[in-house]
Amino acid sequence: MKRPGLAALLLLMLAAPASAVQPDEMLANPALEARARSISAELRCVVCQNQSIDDSDAPLARDLRIVVREQLTLGKSDTETIGYIVTRYGNFVLLKPPLEPATYALWAGPFALLGLGGAALLVWSRRRQTAEAPPLSPAEAAELDRL
Amino acid sequence: MQRLLFILPVIAFLALVGVFGFGLTKDPKALPSQLIDRPLPPFKLPGIEAGGPGLANTAFQGEPALLNVFASWCAACPQEHPVLTRISGEGFAVYGIAWKDKPQDTRDWIARFGNPYRAIAADEAGHTAIDLGITGVPESFVVDRKGRVRFKQIGPISPEIWEATIKPLMLKLRAET
Repeated sequence: MKRPGLAALLLLMLAAPASAVQPDEMLANPALEARARSISAELRCVVCQNQSIDDSDAPLARDLRIVVREQLTLGKSDTETIGYIVTRYGNFVLLKPPLEPATYALWAGPFALLGLGGAALLVWSRRRQTAEAPPLSPAEAAELDRL
Repeated sequence: MQRLLFILPVIAFLALVGVFGFGLTKDPKALPSQLIDRPLPPFKLPGIEAGGPGLANTAFQGEPALLNVFASWCAACPQEHPVLTRISGEGFAVYGIAWKDKPQDTRDWIARFGNPYRAIAADEAGHTAIDLGITGVPESFVVDRKGRVRFKQIGPISPEIWEATIKPLMLKLRAET
């Protein structure tokens, strides 16, 4: 091997991203485990608030991952499982806020601002166009003719 | 009119500064409890003594009570403990849940600091804590005489919080029928 640096880099690229999920938490059923992983990725860890419970090493995040898996094992749907956590910790635990009256401004706000800005730009450019093209005065017309 | 149009972005900017500035004064760790005005979730936990009495949600009937979630490993709990001792000394019912704590550690902790609790439950697995929406310790719930949660304190109860907020509430709940 002539290029140990390159080889090391390639090996690093093979490494899977680290996960907080411990082997003893995982479900034997791979389909259920996959659902548990995707649900956990959507749920905020309440201790370390910018991580999902799937990412977090906090003991409470581990407990919540186990609860998610218990609910799935009981045959609950994804929505029911998320609902189980939300009734206890509130919408705050959803990393993606739901669309409801309290969040209309949040979801619609950026589009409303974009629309408003676009409208303002349109009005402004129309005005400028009309302002920039006044009819030539007789003196200007004469000058143009001479050129 | 033209001048107003120029001032508008400045006003909008100042409004945003105001909103964000107000946001900074709030504690993002303090999540609103989902349990306010709802009954305590059902639970039945063993005590911290082997074979000793445990604690169930059915104990919270007839008299307003304070349910304190603590742990022997919790850093802020020794600071809160004298206030709990005082609350129980003033004749209020105080119950404890030891969260994710080995019963032996809880027993040692109580032996060291004293026991203000009428009963202490051991929630080693942390399931009841999740039903209560616990995010850390200490956290406390004021439960009315019908077993409904009326207030949640996140973090230690200081003497000031007890005097100004929790004690008046518990006195009011006592008067409720």
